[in-house]
Amino acid sequence: MSLLAVLLFVAATLRITVPYALAAAGASLGERGGVVCLGLEGFMLNSALAYVLGAWYLHDPWLALGCAVLAGMLTAGLHALVTVAFRADQITSGIGINLLAAGLTRFVLVTVFHSSSNSPRVAGLPELPIGPLAHLPALGPLLETPLVLLAVALVPLSTWLVFRTPFGLRLRATGELPQASAALGLSVGGLRTAGVLLCGALSGLAGAWLASEQHCFTDGMTGGRGYIAIAAMIVGKWHPAGAATACLLFGATEAAQIALQGSAFPSALLQALPYAVTMLALAGFIGRATPPRALGTPYDPEGT
Amino acid sequence: MKLRVPLAALAPVAAVALALVAGGVLIAAVGQSPFEVYGLLVSQALGTGYGAGQTLFKCTPLLFAGLSVALAFRAGLFNVGAEGQMYLGGFAAALVGAYVRLPAPLLLPLALLAAAGAGASWASIAGVLKARFGAHEVINTIMLNFIAFALVAWWGHRLFMPATVRTREVAAAAQVARLDVVLPWLKGSPANLTLALALLLAVGLGVFLFRTRIGYELRVLGLNPGAAEYAGVRIGRAQGLAFALAGALAGLGGTSFVLGYKHWFEQDFTAGAGFMGIAVALIGRNHPLGVCLSALFFGALAYGGLVVNQRVPADLVNVLRALVILFAISSYAVFERVAKLTQPKAGKAGKPA
Repeated sequence: MSLLAVLLFVAATLRITVPYALAAAGASLGERGGVVCLGLEGFMLNSALAYVLGAWYLHDPWLALGCAVLAGMLTAGLHALVTVAFRADQITSGIGINLLAAGLTRFVLVTVFHSSSNSPRVAGLPELPIGPLAHLPALGPLLETPLVLLAVALVPLSTWLVFRTPFGLRLRATGELPQASAALGLSVGGLRTAGVLLCGALSGLAGAWLASEQHCFTDGMTGGRGYIAIAAMIVGKWHPAGAATACLLFGATEAAQIALQGSAFPSALLQALPYAVTMLALAGFIGRATPPRALGTPYDPEGT
Repeated sequence: MKLRVPLAALAPVAAVALALVAGGVLIAAVGQSPFEVYGLLVSQALGTGYGAGQTLFKCTPLLFAGLSVALAFRAGLFNVGAEGQMYLGGFAAALVGAYVRLPAPLLLPLALLAAAGAGASWASIAGVLKARFGAHEVINTIMLNFIAFALVAWWGHRLFMPATVRTREVAAAAQVARLDVVLPWLKGSPANLTLALALLLAVGLGVFLFRTRIGYELRVLGLNPGAAEYAGVRIGRAQGLAFALAGALAGLGGTSFVLGYKHWFEQDFTAGAGFMGIAVALIGRNHPLGVCLSALFFGALAYGGLVVNQRVPADLVNVLRALVILFAISSYAVFERVAKLTQPKAGKAGKPA
């Protein structure tokens, strides 16, 4: 393989990894606070549509990006309302939110754009002026993309937030033993909501990336990426940087699958690899993946 | 005890009502009358023989999936994998029906058995991982769904008819008769006798859960794993059994389409029916009778979406289904808390309540 081919493969991998890494880092934040974030798919899907609606009506890709983040946070807010305020089952809420987003985005697509498959073309996010770096083979176009740089910055930032700040410590305490957080006078509900909203914001960026890359919204365009991001978060042991590393691995698998299409290699089977790896990780074959102790348990202040 | 049944039924009814109100707002938002749209939905999905048959057809896989999820739930397990189990069940039934040469009275039972077996083995992977390694079944069943899709996409490609995404037709002996043979009123609708099988299994599940020792053990395990272990229930085995049975039920759900309607396996034929099993079990409160009623409701909704498509986007029903789920879990949680608060405290009064 020539150097250029390698570079192209790396660039393709990174491009695929961006939305995974953003959503998986978001999920680590939400789940460290003790709330299962199975609704990533829905957060991303709503955000992708919000990006397109923003770009269509406001004619500004940056405002559209803001719309996407807002939509991600609103959808996450609904998840927080159901799971934190009403203390309902978190797994079912996530599945419900994914169904809601799938139905609602298509409903809006048909109503606004009169198509059940895709929106008209909208502007993507503009390229950054990075001077001569833009001429780098294969990687140049990638470095010009603002969300790539944002993703590269946000993963270490999320790690720092979770493991190096008072907020992160409180968030993790709430995910491990909410009674202890409450005894310290912290608001369990507030911290959990904050974690879920951050997850929504990061998923919003991921959704905006998908729509901006394709310059339109297509029905069901997240295509299971939310579930892959959850899987990566588990393989990465609920750690934003670990999750991003797993995302890179999954991204490379997907890039390889695309590259091998049409060859004799059974590339369709590669599709299953991330899921199989996740199951092995959960069973403890690739280092034990232990979730936060109170993950999935609603916090009941009157309970023991 | 007298009060528990109506209260248990009240919460899901409230959730459905709230979802319909929210859906009405959505209908009004696109400039249509909610009453007319809902009226059209009900009259088309239940009012005509053909419509009722379509509703029953849509209801069939939902009923299988709902029973599957409900059974697992009773044992304290969350089966998010009914979709993949149903997909593989349909695939296995199609393969047996199309490629196995057997005398007529044996082929159909074998095809049904293959569907149940495929679903059961696929679900058992999650069951074994849970029982042996304590690996959480929710993530594992979701992963198994995706692996099932990838496996069938890979293997199915060699079997599919040229330029299609379907297998060849199953032999006549493996086909299940349409319901309109027995009930001429349903004329022309694809509802078929797999619905009768689902209803039989619903009764069977009720007997199993509430009248047998193993069913009792599963329920104790679901209510209080600690108590179950103390009472000598072998937890791992019970979990494995619950998953295998749940998988078999979901796997059979694939036969309605494959053996009863199209008579072949088609890519993506489940179309989310397995996932909807979660909603069906949720609204049916994991009780076989409740699951039957709830599957009927969601079946009517699924067909009703197609008939109101002229007035509002058919995705209205997808939004409604999602809202029913979200309202249901919220109202259950709130009702439970209210019930706890209003319960007389036995200790304080010094008298048994």
